[in-house]
Formats: sequence, C-alpha cells, structure tokens
Amino acid sequence: MDFDLMLRVYPFFIEAAGTTILLSVLTAILGLTCGALGAAARLSRLVVFRFLGAAYVSVFRGTPALIQLFILYFGGPQIGIQLDAFEAGVIGLGINAGAYMTETIRGAIISIDKGQREAARTLGLSQFQGFYKVILPQAARLMVRPLGVNLNMLIKATALVAAISVIELTYTAQRYIGSTYKPFEMFLLAGILYMIIIYATGRGVAWLDRKVQIN
Amino acid sequence: MGLDFTVIPGYLDIVLLGCLWTIGITVAAALLSFFGGIAFAVVALYAPWIIRQPFRLVEWVFMGTPLLLQLFLIYFGLVQIGIDLPAFVAGIIGLGLHFAVYNSELIQTAILSVDKGQMEAARTVGLSRGQALRKVVIPQAVRDVIPPIGNNMIALLKDSALVSVIGVSELTLSAQRAIGATYRPFEFYLLAAAFYYVINLCMEWVQRRIERRIAISR
Repeated sequence: MDFDLMLRVYPFFIEAAGTTILLSVLTAILGLTCGALGAAARLSRLVVFRFLGAAYVSVFRGTPALIQLFILYFGGPQIGIQLDAFEAGVIGLGINAGAYMTETIRGAIISIDKGQREAARTLGLSQFQGFYKVILPQAARLMVRPLGVNLNMLIKATALVAAISVIELTYTAQRYIGSTYKPFEMFLLAGILYMIIIYATGRGVAWLDRKVQIN
Repeated sequence: MGLDFTVIPGYLDIVLLGCLWTIGITVAAALLSFFGGIAFAVVALYAPWIIRQPFRLVEWVFMGTPLLLQLFLIYFGLVQIGIDLPAFVAGIIGLGLHFAVYNSELIQTAILSVDKGQMEAARTVGLSRGQALRKVVIPQAVRDVIPPIGNNMIALLKDSALVSVIGVSELTLSAQRAIGATYRPFEFYLLAAAFYYVINLCMEWVQRRIERRIAISR
C-alpha cells in the first residue's frame, strides 16, 4: 500500500468528487422533471400520451445508459445537437434516470386508493384539485424511499461519463491507475469518496422519509 | 453531416459478432452472479464472525461504488498481482461479482423468511445442517426471489456494455470499430441500441414465462 502516493494525489480526487456531486445534483433535477412528466403521460386519459410515456420508459430502460450517452455525445452533431461532454452527461443520464423515476412516481400514485379520488370529487373538488390536494400529498410520502433508491443508482451511474472524458471521480481514478499502475490505491481513494457521497445521500433520504411520515 | 443508414450492411457482420459476445458474456456473468449470490448469502449469514464481518464490509463496498470503477480495479489489479487474464474474463468476473452481491442481498432476505419449521423438520428427518440448507431451505428461498433476480439479470445485460471500456469486443466496442471505419456514430450506436433492446425484450419474455411457471407450481 503506497500511502505517500495517495497523500500526493488525493486533492485531485477531492476536486473530481466535486464534479461527481455537481453531475449528480443536476442529473437528479433533470431526472425528477422527466420522471414527473413521464408519469403524467403514462397516467393521461389520452392514449397518445400513454403510448409515448410507455415507449419512453421501455426504450430508455431497455438499452444501456452508456449507449444512450454515446448516441447523444458522438451522434448528436450529425443531427445538429452539439454538446460538450459535461452537458451531454447531464442530459443523457437525466433522461435515462427519468425513465426509472417515471415508474417510481407512477407506482406511488396508482397505489393510492381509488376511493380517495372519488371522495374528493364528492366533496366538490375538481379533478385537478382532487389530484393536487388529495392524491399527490399522499403519493409523495410513498415516493421518497423508492426515489432514494433511484438516486443511489443515479450517483453510481455518473461514473459512465468517464467514458466521454468528463473529469469526474472514475475518470480521475482511471487516469491515475494508468499513470501510476497502483489500481488498488486509486480504487480506495475514489471508492471512499463515492461511499461518503452515497452514505450522506442515503441519510438525507432517510431523514426526509421520516419527516414526511405521519405518526 | 446528416444520417445515412446505407453504411450499416457492410459492417453488419462485425456488429452481429459483437452481439454474440454480449450474449455469451451476459450468460456467463449471470451464471456466476446466480451461484455466487447463493454462496455469498450463505457466507454472510452462517460463516464465523471473523469471516462474516469483513465479508459484509466487502459487500458494502461493492454496493456503494460504481461498476465501472470496480471493472478497472479487477482488470488492472489482477495484472498488478501477476494474473494476466484476457479482458473478457476480467469483464465476466467483474460483472459476475458485482451482481452476485446484489443477488446475495435478495437471497439473504429470502433465506431468513423461509419458515423455521422447514429447517427443524429437515433436521428431524436426519439431515445435517449443511444438507438441510442445501436441499430444503435454499431451494425455497431461491424460488421466492427468482423475479427480482431476473430484474438483476436484465440490468446485467445493459451493464455488460461497460466492459467495452476495458477492451472487450462485445456489441458496444464492435459498434465503435465500425464507427472508426465509417465516422458514423449515430447510425451504429443506434444499431447497437436496437440489438440491446431486442435481447432485453427476449429476456423480459423469458422472465414472464418463468414467473408464470413459479406461480403455477405453488
């Protein structure tokens, strides 16, 4: 174990961890947006939207995220979409995560008893009011934990952008493994930082989950 | 530059060969992750404390770090300790171990939820503890987690694209080879995506059939 080397290079890993966190936050925001839109489409009364929502989920969950990133980043310029690697990473991973979140959000909404909606209508609330004031608050509580699982996967999936040369944690580890031939030490540095990020996120989700539960 | 799908037929054989590699790697890694998952579950639940605790730590590390990083560790780490495996073997080991840990989590929960009476009954009819586990408890536990393990196998197919990064000529890297010759990334990555999607649909179909058979067998 070469601790001197680890001490020398760790500042670069810390900086890279910052990029990983930024990537994760932006991807999570885009993923939640896509997930909410996707769930709305899948629950729509219009068959066109339902079909589009189902196709979105099926295609983006049915193909590797890495290939989706490559199509966007390397293939994008051919159809007039020119993005730098970081932008392509956020957009590609965000749309991918959105497909998984669509199912999470939809699952939570449809698990709310139908009687709730009927009761809201009976009390004179409109369809929209009933959803917004009665169904959604209850569904939101059920979503926190599974969305936390999605978030955990998403953070680990940010490693994929190393393949399009975004200088984040995995890319940094890969580069130092290549130049120092010390795979174990570099894995340890990057691994510890990933686990801190994952652990902190998990605690945050657990806190939020406790916060939204009714005793 | 625009799109031109007429370049595809000339390179279809390369991509199809890559497709076969992807299927082979997925099947091999899936088998490793299935039996590895059972073995890991038994170690995590029944091994002596001195083995069990470090083992759980390793499992925790595997679940808390990205697969891509683990692949780099395994591929370059094995070389460093003098084991020079072909990239595809390193890829199968990396994918297999990664998903074995996830399967192990599922199987552990399932083993614990098998009724205690099953173990007691097996012991009463004269089976040793190991035999009872192997012949009575584990088969029931595994049956219960076949559907979520199926989901892990489908995730494994998609994550097999990552082994292209350590130089395994599977579907993704084959598409990259064709792109290197034609400068047509959009067309060939889309083709690769289509192949992955079809394999994925086949796996989902098999999964549904197996689930139906399990439902009937109960």
